[in-house]
Amino acid sequence: MEDVIHLQTQFLRYKVSLFKEGYLNDQFKEIENLEDESNPKFVEEVVTIFFEDSHRLINELAKALEQKCIDFKKVDAYVHQLKGSSSSIGANKVQMACIAFRNYCHDMNIQGCLKCLQHVKEEFALVKNKLETLFKVEKEFLEANASNPICNK
Amino acid sequence: METSSSSSSSSSSCMKWSCENGYQPHVLAVDDNLVDRKLVEKLLKNSSCKVTTAENGVSALEFLGLLDEHNQHTNFERSNEWQQRSKVNMIITDYCMPGMSGYELLKKIKRSSKMKEVPVVVVSSENVPTRINKCLEEGAEMFMLKPLKQSDVVKLKCQFMN
Repeated sequence: MEDVIHLQTQFLRYKVSLFKEGYLNDQFKEIENLEDESNPKFVEEVVTIFFEDSHRLINELAKALEQKCIDFKKVDAYVHQLKGSSSSIGANKVQMACIAFRNYCHDMNIQGCLKCLQHVKEEFALVKNKLETLFKVEKEFLEANASNPICNK
Repeated sequence: METSSSSSSSSSSCMKWSCENGYQPHVLAVDDNLVDRKLVEKLLKNSSCKVTTAENGVSALEFLGLLDEHNQHTNFERSNEWQQRSKVNMIITDYCMPGMSGYELLKKIKRSSKMKEVPVVVVSSENVPTRINKCLEEGAEMFMLKPLKQSDVVKLKCQFMN
């Protein structure tokens, strides 16, 4: 019984910290609010799509910036996509990194773009790790609660 | 039939009326971004809308039967497929898309004889007044900023899908 309460507290505290530290913003709460009984795994599904799509975009960006003659319009288009999806799920720091990246694209600044790509990669890896941990901690609590219910979800 | 409504906004009464009468508006949502397509689909489904998504303007026009002008005057019109297409109650399109932009898609829809009465809502992550004005001038019913919220969709449903 105490275990379940402890797990719940752990989950809630971890979630709060992600908002406090700026990894997530209110848009993530909007996503959570969309989840219902008809699709109880909605948040995880959207976040998984975000992970896969971002991974693809980051690879495309790396390729585009390796070219002898860089097509900045193409690079900007990829960053715009990544900015859009990170904004849509509330991945705050990734979104901010993309905004800076676009400025360097507009200035056609190669070094700036490369630095930004690195920054975006880092922020993405961080938020991915945080969200995966969040889902894991939530799962632990829910499983413990299922066998020893203290609350209804 | 009772439909539970998760929205407790002031618009929920109009939404309940629609649901109780079994009215399910059909919305075509166009966006090249995979995450955004998933989101808009859920937002619309949460508002009891039937949703078709398209990832670009050309697919959207194809779905609406507007891709080939000649198609509009053949027996194709009598087929079930065209019946389904002609029942699109609203189109939501992203502005920034590769190839055909949301603005170009809007123009094609508003200049067609078949679909010009269908409300078109343009969405964008960027708040650019000139962009907004030109969409409204071309006949867009509304321009909204992304990311959309549930309250935005409830508002759209009440205003354009009753």
